[in-house]
Amino acid sequence: MSSAAVRVTDTSPRGKMIAGTLVIAYALLTMIPLVWIVATSFKSPPDSISYPPKVLFEPTLEGYVNLFTTRSRQTPEYIDSLGPPATWYDSLVRERNMVITGESRFAGRYMNSVIIGFGSTFLAVFLGTLAAYAFSRFRIPLRDDLLFFILSTRMMPPVAVAIPIYLMYRGLGLSDTHLGMILLYTAVNLSLSVWLLKGFVDEIPREYEEAAVVDGYTRFQAFIKVVLPQMRAGIAATAIFCLIFSWNEYAFALLLTSGTAQTAPPFIPIIIGEGGLDWPAVAAGTTLFLVPVVVFTVLLRRQLLRGITFGAVRR
Amino acid sequence: MAEIALHDVRKSFGDFTAVTSSTFTVKDGEFFVMLGPSGCGKTTTLRMIAGLELPTSGRILLDGEDVTFNRASKRDIAFVFQLFALYPHMSVRQNISFPLRTQRLPRREVRARTEEVAKMLQIDTILDRRVTGLAAGDRQRVALGRAIVRRAKAFLMDEPLGALDAAFRETMCEELRLLHERIGATTVYVTHDQIEAMAMADRICVMNRGEVLQIGAPMEVYERPATRFVAGFLGSPSMNFLTAEGGFAPGADAIRIEGARLAMPTAREGLACPEAIVGARPEHISIADDGALRGRVFAVEYMGARQLVTVETAAGRLRVRTPNTVRVATGETVGLAFDAERLVVFDPVSDRAVRSALFDHSGALA
Repeated sequence: MSSAAVRVTDTSPRGKMIAGTLVIAYALLTMIPLVWIVATSFKSPPDSISYPPKVLFEPTLEGYVNLFTTRSRQTPEYIDSLGPPATWYDSLVRERNMVITGESRFAGRYMNSVIIGFGSTFLAVFLGTLAAYAFSRFRIPLRDDLLFFILSTRMMPPVAVAIPIYLMYRGLGLSDTHLGMILLYTAVNLSLSVWLLKGFVDEIPREYEEAAVVDGYTRFQAFIKVVLPQMRAGIAATAIFCLIFSWNEYAFALLLTSGTAQTAPPFIPIIIGEGGLDWPAVAAGTTLFLVPVVVFTVLLRRQLLRGITFGAVRR
Repeated sequence: MAEIALHDVRKSFGDFTAVTSSTFTVKDGEFFVMLGPSGCGKTTTLRMIAGLELPTSGRILLDGEDVTFNRASKRDIAFVFQLFALYPHMSVRQNISFPLRTQRLPRREVRARTEEVAKMLQIDTILDRRVTGLAAGDRQRVALGRAIVRRAKAFLMDEPLGALDAAFRETMCEELRLLHERIGATTVYVTHDQIEAMAMADRICVMNRGEVLQIGAPMEVYERPATRFVAGFLGSPSMNFLTAEGGFAPGADAIRIEGARLAMPTAREGLACPEAIVGARPEHISIADDGALRGRVFAVEYMGARQLVTVETAAGRLRVRTPNTVRVATGETVGLAFDAERLVVFDPVSDRAVRSALFDHSGALA
């Protein structure tokens, strides 16, 4: 009898098909904006604003060239007098009666995002791991109150603290500095990091450390050799959450940075082109901006899933 | 190899006293089993010996050296945990060699010693496997290997067989005992399972509610229990307790239960109480027509070579273990004879056993 193998909790084939269809439909729906942005980044400026929108178009790298360069409009006579174009992007620009005058600020802003995003993620996870271990293992006076206090920093909307932080940063000389932005994002992420990681440490039985201590290791060595390797999944999940926040953060970056430490999010929307916003360049910036987080998330997706469903099933 | 001595060791957690004043010595090379129900303080005592818990007061000596305040990592003691605590991110080899890798030994020696231990435990074929996929028995052996490899002064084991199923536990019991005979290391073994304790121990230490009640060889603890708790905790089915009338003076050799006169080992001390508790193991009672106490057979349980007969008497229900050649039927009235030399009398107030001829030549009540 084959029916004996079917459990009541098993999904029927029809149920599976319905669920599959729904998931695929939802995935396609959510991917439309992403696909549109990537497509726009390869369009020419006229194609990008044509109506009705063009689904099929001739791909060009103009958006990317415009994103990384500054250009000036010249007369055809002047351009002809320059001699043959040195590179493929020179010729691409000259077709629009322009010449490249230098590098744009995008690469610098992108680097700022990398430094601030990864820097604050590293700090938040590093401090969070130590704090989570302490909260999980040591008898700390007022432990629950402290944990709640840490969480309470998340309860206020960022808008409420925007002005005090702006004034504070101006007074401290942290405005528009890498350090200032790293500290700010670390502070915001730390509450999430401590709470998430504490759950992971709680899940690791104390016996592992006790075994290591009895075997002749110090408590710190036991932490490094026994606890940390088992926290890997938790640390990865926490790092993704922290990176996503600090990478995408817009409001504080807009308020507190303008030049040296400006990150990509406030910069991308103000990429001005010939006759208004240069949509292919904006789309190109956005596409490049998406890459690190997507790669990071795809690489660590197993851990991320574990981080999200964490605590749902007690082993 | 070492001798472990505890002097007046106590441990309390806030208002709760986990261990009350324990003083005992585990001899060099001895297999010492701490036995008691859960929450009796046996694990706490073990953890104090290991250094995972600091005693509230008292001293712990390892080979004559006071280690009371030494850190666990400085005590040179190996510990086998109940759930093995194998590091899931390491292979079998890495797990076993873990204690050696902090000792700055040459790589070649670490390798040689790991493989020697693995061979001894018959896990040399799975050295490079991950520990997460191993069967319970193999995990147990890896945990033992990690303890043995260091050649520590003593082994402490906290219910190491608790996670195994019954059939396998018996095999491991034997293996552990053989291993002990081969290595000869001082071993303190904590369990709540009296069968494990009986099978392996050189000496058993019975604990209840944080108190050490009796320490002795398995036979000693079983046959000459020092307190009523020890008598009842050991043995399955457990000892029968009957209430006898009247006290007795030193030299008395009988006691009265419900009008019947029961011979008992000659008392060496008197009991002034109006009542006394008499303890008789099921195998020390037999069914005999001329038995002093009479009762009606309430139930008969057939157990292969023997049978267990429950008899309802005026003094309460008694369990009797007899050979199955004795034919009895439910409802029948039978007489019960007691093995006079084996009866234990307890003081109903202190629950302590009253000194009698049974305890001559025994240190149990000293």
